[in-house]
Amino acid sequence: MVEMNMIQSLNSALEHQLETNENVLIFGEDVGYFGGVFRVTSGLQEKFGAHRVFDSPLAEGGIAAIAMGMGLNGLRPVAEIQFADYIFPAYDQIVNEIAKLRHRSGGEFSTPVTFRTPAGGGIKGGHHHSQSPEAQFTHTPGLKVVYCSDPYNAKGLLASAIECNDPVIFFEPKRCYRGPFYGDPHNVPTWKGHPRGEVPEEYYNIPLEEARIVQEGDDCTVIAYGTMVHVCEEAIRKSGISCELIDLQTLVPWDRDTVVNSVKKTGRCVIVHEAPKTSGFGAEMSASVQERCFYHLQAPIKRVTGWDTPFPHSTEWDYLPSVERISSAIKETQED
Amino acid sequence: MPSRNTATESPFTVGEAPFRPGDKADFGGPWKEQPGDLWRPDPVQCITMDTLPHCTGLIRVLGDNNKASGEWDPKLNAKDLLRGLELMLKLRIFDERMMKMQRTGKLSFYMRSLGEEAVAIAQTMALDDNDWIFPSYRQPGAQFVRGRDMVSMICHCIGNTEDNVRGRQMPVHYSWKEGNFISISSPVGTQFSQAVGVAMASAYKGEDQACITWLGDGTSAQGDYHYALNFASTFKPPVILNVVNNQWAISTHRNLATGGETFAMRGLAYNIPSFRVDGNDFLAVYSVTKWARERARAGMGATHIEVYTYRAGAHSSSDDPVAYRPTAEEESWPGGDPIERLKEHLIEIGAWNEEKHAGMIERIDAEVMSAYKEACEFGDLANGPYPPASTIFTEVYEKVPWHIQEQREELGK
Repeated sequence: MVEMNMIQSLNSALEHQLETNENVLIFGEDVGYFGGVFRVTSGLQEKFGAHRVFDSPLAEGGIAAIAMGMGLNGLRPVAEIQFADYIFPAYDQIVNEIAKLRHRSGGEFSTPVTFRTPAGGGIKGGHHHSQSPEAQFTHTPGLKVVYCSDPYNAKGLLASAIECNDPVIFFEPKRCYRGPFYGDPHNVPTWKGHPRGEVPEEYYNIPLEEARIVQEGDDCTVIAYGTMVHVCEEAIRKSGISCELIDLQTLVPWDRDTVVNSVKKTGRCVIVHEAPKTSGFGAEMSASVQERCFYHLQAPIKRVTGWDTPFPHSTEWDYLPSVERISSAIKETQED
Repeated sequence: MPSRNTATESPFTVGEAPFRPGDKADFGGPWKEQPGDLWRPDPVQCITMDTLPHCTGLIRVLGDNNKASGEWDPKLNAKDLLRGLELMLKLRIFDERMMKMQRTGKLSFYMRSLGEEAVAIAQTMALDDNDWIFPSYRQPGAQFVRGRDMVSMICHCIGNTEDNVRGRQMPVHYSWKEGNFISISSPVGTQFSQAVGVAMASAYKGEDQACITWLGDGTSAQGDYHYALNFASTFKPPVILNVVNNQWAISTHRNLATGGETFAMRGLAYNIPSFRVDGNDFLAVYSVTKWARERARAGMGATHIEVYTYRAGAHSSSDDPVAYRPTAEEESWPGGDPIERLKEHLIEIGAWNEEKHAGMIERIDAEVMSAYKEACEFGDLANGPYPPASTIFTEVYEKVPWHIQEQREELGK
């Protein structure tokens, strides 16, 4: 085990893939010589050469298209979309092409592409460096959707994503690249000393179907992913209530059993995500929990999410689910 | 100073089709451009600007006298020419049979290659057998060149129990891995930029395998076209990028697709050698494609080709051009009919005659009819049987995930 932040652990996962599989190629905007604007691909071009790790023209639609073409011709491309907000020029290629290729060709062709993309708020990024567009992909059959939250699961999940023969959208919570975030912008720790910052140097993977129970508890199930996992930890502490916190890790296919078993035990459920509420992935989870746990529920399911508005710049702390909003929701589930 | 277009009081220009219903189409008689007008650059030494005249002119081989001449004459032997003729005829007769099936409700929809048969046939013949083909919906003909069984093609169009894509895609959206013929998709132009990735992968693996792709004049307005040219220009993989300018995108005339003089010229700005070729001249289309393949083999990257032709039929079975262009406009097209032109050339060189031609048509007719009957034994769209409903749920992912398995069980079939 060594101490790594999420940038280093992702870099370590990529390095292992490049070393062990010559069909793995990495490309995207600024990922080559410079090593990416968040430094995730730092040093990889130098080590593996410009044919394995290279800068592409600034065209997400083109990046996705060439990834699709490479993937169906035997390679295993890992494309970076510099910010999740900029994935939309690639949306047609991802949703209509990459996601459907296996099915539409009767299994004759498939393309095992991974799109890595930094997502989420908390970096003063305004409308277009802060969004969390996972629901725009969870609604597309054919894609797997992953959202890591800490250095340990980032490395293990990315290994599985690249090795997966289905296309994967891999969201990285940029707020947590260098440290967990507990909802207080004035107190920003690093991953140093955090148990999830202890990462094996060697290869490991985490299956793309398992949620992680971050902490066990009896009276309320709190479900989150990405940065919100850490904010929820703090909110649970503040609430003083015994909560079971679940980090979903993979959204499609999601680990419904772990969630359902937990809610059956606690009888209460709070779902948290940064993305807007309407048609967010929380809606899917809420409906599924209701279908499966109706007779176990002792309170309405609560959702704490970003607002149904564009993501703001200077007022982002009032946009993101806060410790206060989440802990209030937890407390409300305990009322008669 | 260039003056603003003052033809109308309009603040901007809206392009117009040259002829509309009621007009008499007149494209000015035979092509002014002649075989021999344009030289054939060396495919390895060529720099992009060498091809400027080829972007404003028109590469021809077959003259109005049905003779082949000029530097672009590929000097194909009579056997290869006859094969090209047979394959084009096969495609046309196949298309006619499928249209009849569509009209009788045995399949839902169809798109013919009428008048554009030379495009897929000649271009695929000019490639290596294992080159990648990334078609749009107007190049199913490539499959004939590579020997796909017609029964299998018809079964796909019907969506019956033997459809290799299991009734999932509309007719004409073929997929045929054995022939390196990549699955056709409805969103127009997406394959163009994907083909660049396919070619990059071949180059990366060190394989001498080019990728050819096509889109239409209308589709060349899509971002994917420009992504493809820019990525091809930047990474220089072995890809052949064809704009099939057949004058019409459903009812939108190509004058509304670009303000440029020719489609070919756009390639020059991307530093890709570009050509404009008479798309109804089998020999010229073959020859230009062969040039592009030679250049790709030499590691010199992409070639951009405007295949200048005319969509003689409707866009699809759902379309009727009577509403937007003069009836029989195609008869005025100076490029004529690609099959007739190759036939006349073969007669001219003494390798063919009307009697043999009629015999060939009869034989292909019988082949197509027999394939059609055999395919219908596996079901047709009006009467079934169809692929099992369980195929809705398979091959969405490599393995069926739990949530889709649950839904499959909910359907109960």
